Amino acid sequence: MLQAHGLACDRGDRRLFSAVDFSVAAGEWLQIEGANGAGKTSLLRIVAGLAPAAAGQLDWDGRPVAAQRDEFHARLLYLGHAPTIKDELTALENLRSAAAIAGRALDESAALAALRRIGLKGREDLPTRVLSQGQKRRVALARLLCSQTRLWILDEPFVALDVAAVALLCEILDEHLARGGLLIFTSHQAVQLGGAGSSLRLGR
Amino acid sequence: MNAFAAIVRRDLLLAARRKSEVFTALFFFMIVVSLFPLGIGPETALLRRIAPGVLWVAALLAAMLSLNRLFAADHADGTLEQMALSPTPLALLVGGKIVAHWLTAGLPLVLLAPLLGLQFDLSARALGVLMLSLLLGTPLLSLIGAIGAALTLGLRGGGVLLSLLVLPLYIPALIFGAGAVEADMAGLGAAGHLSLLGALLALGAFFAPWAATAALRIALE
Repeated sequence: MLQAHGLACDRGDRRLFSAVDFSVAAGEWLQIEGANGAGKTSLLRIVAGLAPAAAGQLDWDGRPVAAQRDEFHARLLYLGHAPTIKDELTALENLRSAAAIAGRALDESAALAALRRIGLKGREDLPTRVLSQGQKRRVALARLLCSQTRLWILDEPFVALDVAAVALLCEILDEHLARGGLLIFTSHQAVQLGGAGSSLRLGR
Repeated sequence: MNAFAAIVRRDLLLAARRKSEVFTALFFFMIVVSLFPLGIGPETALLRRIAPGVLWVAALLAAMLSLNRLFAADHADGTLEQMALSPTPLALLVGGKIVAHWLTAGLPLVLLAPLLGLQFDLSARALGVLMLSLLLGTPLLSLIGAIGAALTLGLRGGGVLLSLLVLPLYIPALIFGAGAVEADMAGLGAAGHLSLLGALLALGAFFAPWAATAALRIALE
């Protein structure tokens, strides 16, 4: 259970948003909407703990996140705007090093299975430099399949994906919600997800 | 500890795929050192006197060449954010990056130095001391450099600022490193200088990853 009370964010001396409240329980999703520059990414970075909030508090399972940073991060998967992909490494190496950074050893067969499911069969050993934008995006999303964390925070996960990949991603997100996972994401498009969910609109 | 080893392995793999970066610094070191005997001429007494200083200054500059990229690529592609969110302490991961930087930018200089030292007519014993001083000194260069690289991360014109920030901090390493070789050639023994260099290295290994981490957190916000 993740609850936010009165979150606010400053950019320079301008207040980007204030008094943002939301609550996401197990198996629920939250879509954050808003115009460009409304502060969607800033809000996600604050929730993930990458940036401090100007005001407000975030509670995870009833206790402030600030008091349990490490436990919170161990349960969190954050995929930001940046692809987190090294062009020189292969899809397989990218996936395994990302898992290692996240503190989880990922064996080769599990990584290969994830890449196959995400639609990169036969491209596992190519340097990601030669992949298209959408395929790079898929390499990044393959991390979702290897993750056992409860809270997923995804910044624009549907960008640069084709129709089939969007459907596949929805399926993966549904599975995560069905396992009792929590999901917070930003998107400009309407997304059909199972489970209970709500949307939050930033700015006016 | 797993994540530490994974970071070292990943950075070494990246360096192996981007060989030109490693070789640029190495050739820079070779050429700068070789320019001095060519410019000064075959006066062995003079060359022997300036050798420690020349080799050490060239090593400082060569080690600095690759500092720009120490965190920049990870910052640009979002890997640094993932490191900050890792359950493994960020300082440990930063330590892994520093180790990998030394293995690709420092260790080759140590191995190449005796060969280049021959151009200055250094004795075998002096070459040994030179290597030992570089072996203790170059990790210190990577450690101090990491702080500078973290502080200038994401700044425009960060490259020049980085040199201005880091080079003055390299001075103790330069004094004790070059001093060790000079003291040995003067028959005074290099032990004192090398111990001080070792002490600096111990101090740097303890504090530099934390300082770099603090600077990275500021850059991430």
